[in-house]
Amino acid sequence: MDSLLQLLKQNSRFSDKQLASMLGTTEEDIAKQIKEYEKNGVIMGYSVILNEDLIDDSEVTAFIDLKVTPQKDCGFDHIAEKIMMYDRVESVTLMSGAYDLSVTVTGADLKTIALFVAKELSTIEGVKSTSTHFVLKRYKEKGIFIDKKNKNDERRMISP
Amino acid sequence: MIDYSKILNKTIQDIKPSGIRKFFDIAQEMDDVISLGVGEPDFQTPWSVRQCAIKNIETKRTVYTANAGLEALRRSVSKYILKKTGTEYDPLGEVIITVGGSEAIDISIRSLVEPGDEVLVVEPSFVCYTPIVRMSGGIPVSIETKAENNFRLTADELREKITDKTKLLILPYPNNPTGAIMEREDLESIAEVLRDTNIMIISDEIYAELTYGKKHCSIVEIKDMRERTVLINGFSKAFAMTGWRLGYACAPEPVAKQIVKLHQYAIMCSPTVSQYAAIEALENCEDEVRKMVEEYNVRRRFVTDTFNRIGLSCFTPEGAFYVFPCIKSTGLSSTEFCEKLLYSKKVAVVPGDAFGDCGEGFIRVSYAYSINHITEALSRIEEFLEELKRS
Repeated sequence: MDSLLQLLKQNSRFSDKQLASMLGTTEEDIAKQIKEYEKNGVIMGYSVILNEDLIDDSEVTAFIDLKVTPQKDCGFDHIAEKIMMYDRVESVTLMSGAYDLSVTVTGADLKTIALFVAKELSTIEGVKSTSTHFVLKRYKEKGIFIDKKNKNDERRMISP
Repeated sequence: MIDYSKILNKTIQDIKPSGIRKFFDIAQEMDDVISLGVGEPDFQTPWSVRQCAIKNIETKRTVYTANAGLEALRRSVSKYILKKTGTEYDPLGEVIITVGGSEAIDISIRSLVEPGDEVLVVEPSFVCYTPIVRMSGGIPVSIETKAENNFRLTADELREKITDKTKLLILPYPNNPTGAIMEREDLESIAEVLRDTNIMIISDEIYAELTYGKKHCSIVEIKDMRERTVLINGFSKAFAMTGWRLGYACAPEPVAKQIVKLHQYAIMCSPTVSQYAAIEALENCEDEVRKMVEEYNVRRRFVTDTFNRIGLSCFTPEGAFYVFPCIKSTGLSSTEFCEKLLYSKKVAVVPGDAFGDCGEGFIRVSYAYSINHITEALSRIEEFLEELKRS
């Protein structure tokens, strides 16, 4: 991955000016590169990393493993495309190993998600089984330790 | 009651504690301090190196090694130095594995210096040379490098300080705290001054892997210099292995033979587990080092640019992971600047005079931190400067 994308992954709020200085180029060049990445779809959007536990109305998240019968000609694509249309579904990934599709779902509470799985996901044709895992506690998100007690930096504050 | 001041060695009592000590104590007591004060990498030791250490603990490779270090490691070091500098060192008689670069510096100085010898110490530089020279009975003579020369040592500055008592030159490049490097032409002119003398060199090249755009050149690559040089390097900076305490000294056989005696009596041998892990670092971690250097380089450009933009003129460092901006325009001394910055903005940097008197008027800022951390710290420094101007 090029250095510009790596920096934006760390902090998408760096200004063009800051990025230009970091990469030893001009602001215009940075703006042009980012435009290009947005245009060709490499950069799909900009988001924020939240500590959901600190938000009152935060939702429940579950990872659901699906076993699916692949279809002739299109394999898993058709079912995956069907599943990703639900608003509740945050991500759909084809996995190697014991399960085929891994689906991330959010909902107001456990029951909402459980019902969604029972009524919607498991009834889709080709879905052989589901296994739902609720997120209880997050320790690390996008490379950031959630609990500030877990210091990322054990070094002495000043050393020669 | 024992009067310790009468009992303890006079020389050690006269040596001042490191200039950063007091500062460290203040910073440590405060909450939410954001530091740019460390002298060690923020990266993790490469995973394969850690794994290698675990494996060696499991298989009980936890006994003493040969005094000079594991033969396999000395062979790796020799191969590595040959690759980097084109200079050969016999792994069996000219390479000594030490407890960090620090021990290599200590035992090399002590093996060379006799009471009354003058030792030329290029400053600003790492804090340990002068105290060790003093403890050996030597007389430290500082050579002050200048910002207008990009903190490089010039032949004239060197020539000026040489007397018939000069025993040794300590050459600390790439440099902590300035980030200066010496290029081949610079070293050629230093070699020219030393060539027909008996002056020895300790070349502390612990930051050799961390240069930006220009490959590090060692003094041993210059004609006639190998015979008079103790080359010091280690694993702390290049491979992010500070806590493993492992370095090495390479020197001509008659010199190494004496140095190893001190090592043998003082230390016995360097930590065994670290030695095994270090082989993995030298043999298989080139890619990891390259990635670290690329990331340091991004930060280096940003930090240098920012200081120049906010009005603290800052020479563009080409090595190590420090910048050394000049703070004279604020009218404050280095210590005043650092204390005020710490108290008002909770940002810790190190006063330049901790690295020699000629560091007064500068601060050392480390960029061995994530780019987000650096951005936050620099914006606090910018606010601090604006408030200074207004007051």
